[in-house]
Amino acid sequence: MVNIDNEYILTEITNQFGDKVYSSYEPYGLLTIEFDKNSIKDLLSFLYNHQELQMQFLTDVCGTHYPDVKGKEIGVIYHIHSLINNVRLRVKCYMPIENPSIDSATFLFSSANWQERETFDFYGVNFVGHPNLKRILNADEMDYFPMRKEYPLEDGTRTDKDDSYFGR
Amino acid sequence: MSDIKIAQTPPSIEGPGFQATSLDKIIGLARANSLWPLPFATSCCGIEFMATMGSNYDLARFGSERISFSPRQADVLLVAGTISKKMGPVLKQVYLQMAEPRWVIAIGACASSGGVFDTYSVLQGIDKVIPVDVYVPGCPPRPEQIIDGILKLQEIVKNESLRRRNSDEYKALLGSYGIQ
Ligand code: SF4
Repeated sequence: MVNIDNEYILTEITNQFGDKVYSSYEPYGLLTIEFDKNSIKDLLSFLYNHQELQMQFLTDVCGTHYPDVKGKEIGVIYHIHSLINNVRLRVKCYMPIENPSIDSATFLFSSANWQERETFDFYGVNFVGHPNLKRILNADEMDYFPMRKEYPLEDGTRTDKDDSYFGR
Repeated sequence: MSDIKIAQTPPSIEGPGFQATSLDKIIGLARANSLWPLPFATSCCGIEFMATMGSNYDLARFGSERISFSPRQADVLLVAGTISKKMGPVLKQVYLQMAEPRWVIAIGACASSGGVFDTYSVLQGIDKVIPVDVYVPGCPPRPEQIIDGILKLQEIVKNESLRRRNSDEYKALLGSYGIQ
């Protein structure tokens, strides 16, 4: 029985994927890697089918937008969990805002379906291979991706607004 | 002596065995004291509405005994809670299904104006999609305030014309919401 800790997980991934792991760190003990977005399918399958790790639970898929990081504006973050070993891994993939597309994880996790739709809904990430990539939470007729930083949070139609009540 | 108040009879001419008054006063009285509410509760304010219907506050004392869960049988739509923009068309659909005469109370800051949610996803007040008769302020309003709102509405119901739906003003109001 091997001791499954962050070090072991990182070694296994690096042995398999080498320099596709761009960086790694452990905020609050949570192993986090930045990974090549073109190989995300391989990584997820590898961790899923790994004899010891068995990371078969996709806890979360979400998006980020950092407008100042050129070429890596849009991020997709995966949280994957091994129920057997009770360990968790966070994978970050970044992509340019001109073409934010990444392979869908639905081939492996059915639960990725809704989570990827949500990420598409708010950040406009195109998940290639997703069976039904359309808005899930926002109104269907919305014509932008509201969590991108260039759009204001506030509603423009508000008529009774006194900014001082809103801390502005 | 108990201090229970019962509804006053409208001004009328009385004599032995008969009482004469105008029809709209009688009907207004009847309508005002048997408003069937349809709760449209989406969030925290809905909890206050539940308290209002519970035994402590008991809206039934004011004639709203029966909560209707079908818009077709309801007189007053009680919108309690945050209405997202995606919910807007649903709310309008519910309103359209109600038969005339119909009234609407916006309960709480969210239903009245969007409340604290000055954000892209929240409707900034239900009066953006349907006409509102009474606004109840508060985040959330206490049950007393909700009851006060209902009593305010009862005053409106008692005093308005029976055929309000035929008036040009009312038609213009509905027209401004795109409702025929
Ligand atoms: S007005 Fe306040 S209590 Fe009522 S739904 Fe909005 S946030 Fe909740």
